[in-house]
Amino acid sequence: MNLLHDFSPGLFIIQAIILVVLIVLMRKFAWKPILDSLNTREEGIKDALDAAENAKKELQNLNAENERILNEARAERDGMLKDARDMKATMIASAKEEAQAEADKVIKQAQDAIAAEKKAAIADLKSQVAGISVEIAEKVVKTELADKDKQLALVSSLLKDVTLN
Amino acid sequence: MMIAQQFKKYLFTVVFSLVSTLIFSNTASLEKVAQHEETKGHPSTSHEGAVESKSEIAAYSKHHLADSHDFHLFSYGGDGHGERHHVGFSLPVIVWTSKGLRTFLSSKFHHNDNGTHVVDANGVRLAKLHSKIYELEPGVSSVILDEDHHAKGAHKVLDFSITKSVLGMLVASLLMLLGFSSLARGYKKGAIPTGFGRVLEPLVIYVRDEIARPNIGEKKYRKYMGFLLTVFFFIWILNLLGLTPFGFNVTGNIAVTVCLALFTFLITTFTANKDYWKHIFWMPGVPVPMKIVLMPIEILGMFTKPFSLLIRLFANITAGHAVVMGLIAVTYTAREALGVPGSFGVSFLLTLFISLIELLVAFLQAFIFTMLSSLFIGMAVEEHGHH
Repeated sequence: MNLLHDFSPGLFIIQAIILVVLIVLMRKFAWKPILDSLNTREEGIKDALDAAENAKKELQNLNAENERILNEARAERDGMLKDARDMKATMIASAKEEAQAEADKVIKQAQDAIAAEKKAAIADLKSQVAGISVEIAEKVVKTELADKDKQLALVSSLLKDVTLN
Repeated sequence: MMIAQQFKKYLFTVVFSLVSTLIFSNTASLEKVAQHEETKGHPSTSHEGAVESKSEIAAYSKHHLADSHDFHLFSYGGDGHGERHHVGFSLPVIVWTSKGLRTFLSSKFHHNDNGTHVVDANGVRLAKLHSKIYELEPGVSSVILDEDHHAKGAHKVLDFSITKSVLGMLVASLLMLLGFSSLARGYKKGAIPTGFGRVLEPLVIYVRDEIARPNIGEKKYRKYMGFLLTVFFFIWILNLLGLTPFGFNVTGNIAVTVCLALFTFLITTFTANKDYWKHIFWMPGVPVPMKIVLMPIEILGMFTKPFSLLIRLFANITAGHAVVMGLIAVTYTAREALGVPGSFGVSFLLTLFISLIELLVAFLQAFIFTMLSSLFIGMAVEEHGHH
């Protein structure tokens, strides 16, 4: 095979021209717009995927946040209920104490008043009893001393009681 | 890791070079057989009548593998039943002769390819022999080649004719321009292509993502896409055109593959960075005697790389065409042994089988050419961060 003999310089030159023109035309009218469009599309797809991923993450974050807020609210509610329960207990306890103290005070006052009344009543009774006793004694003495004999008897009985030592 | 990657690249090149050399040697021996047959038979009369004998078949195959100045589809008659008719059409002949440019239609040669029919074009006497146009000196009536393929009393002219190969290239270029510009225009309407664009788009993405990006690198590949895409589709379409019954043999033409490989060589050489030249002339990281030994090898490598490209493509396509034609010829050569239906059946099955393989080869060779081109470009523009 004689390759050098087969080589056609004219065909070579024509082919070179065709190829250069073809590369230039294809670059301008086909490859550049095609590759640009492909790049744009691929970047668009990538961006969309990234955005979706971000949205997913945000949603997850949002869910986590919601969960957290819910938990906080629940904890707060529980705390409030507990506080209320404690407050109720303290209030009842203090009210009871106060009531007790008040009652004790009232009872003490009543006792004091009763005691004072009793004392007064006893004093009054004593004075009345003394008066009555004096009146009775007066009347008895009056009666007794109306008769001489009886006066003597009495003196003698009294004297009997008096023993001289 | 970078060294391993580079080693892989070199290994890849070596394997492909070996494979292509093997195929090339096969073609060479096949051609020898053809030439041997030719000397026994009478090739000068083979195109005149029907093609039946072995020598005629060999001559016909050789004729087909060469470029042609007519677009010839088929011929009939001529076996003693009147004149032989050729069906096809003429193509313009444009030649640069010693007396300037001459143009005429190839029909003026009257399908003569033996150098015996002389055309007088405005004072220049031209004759065609084996698809080459010769200018005859006064007094010489035909082109006769001596032992060394030199014509006596005639010389070749610079032939810018629209030959069958040029027509094939123009058809392929037109197909590419129409197909891909319509794909490009399709993107203006929407991000997703419609119709035939759906077939073309994955191919473009394939070349970009499987050939250019991994070999040249993410940062620099864009600059070379115009060349790589054009060459890939140009070679593939021409390879496929070669499988049609129109019988184009463009990529099996040495001038065409030389031109393609020269483009790769020029691009590689003129876009190469400092590191590339440093690796050729003063290989870093090896002792000084090794540097001196490596320099001529690397300089030789600069040229053998594109050379392997042109030989591989040429040899593969030529071999494919030769095998297909040889198997079609089985119809005639095995007629006596197998009978007409038998020889036709064998020929049909074998040709069908080889044609399917050739369909694969058509893609494969376009792929390998583009792949290796981008590999060489990648080597030339690679940043050597590990030194």
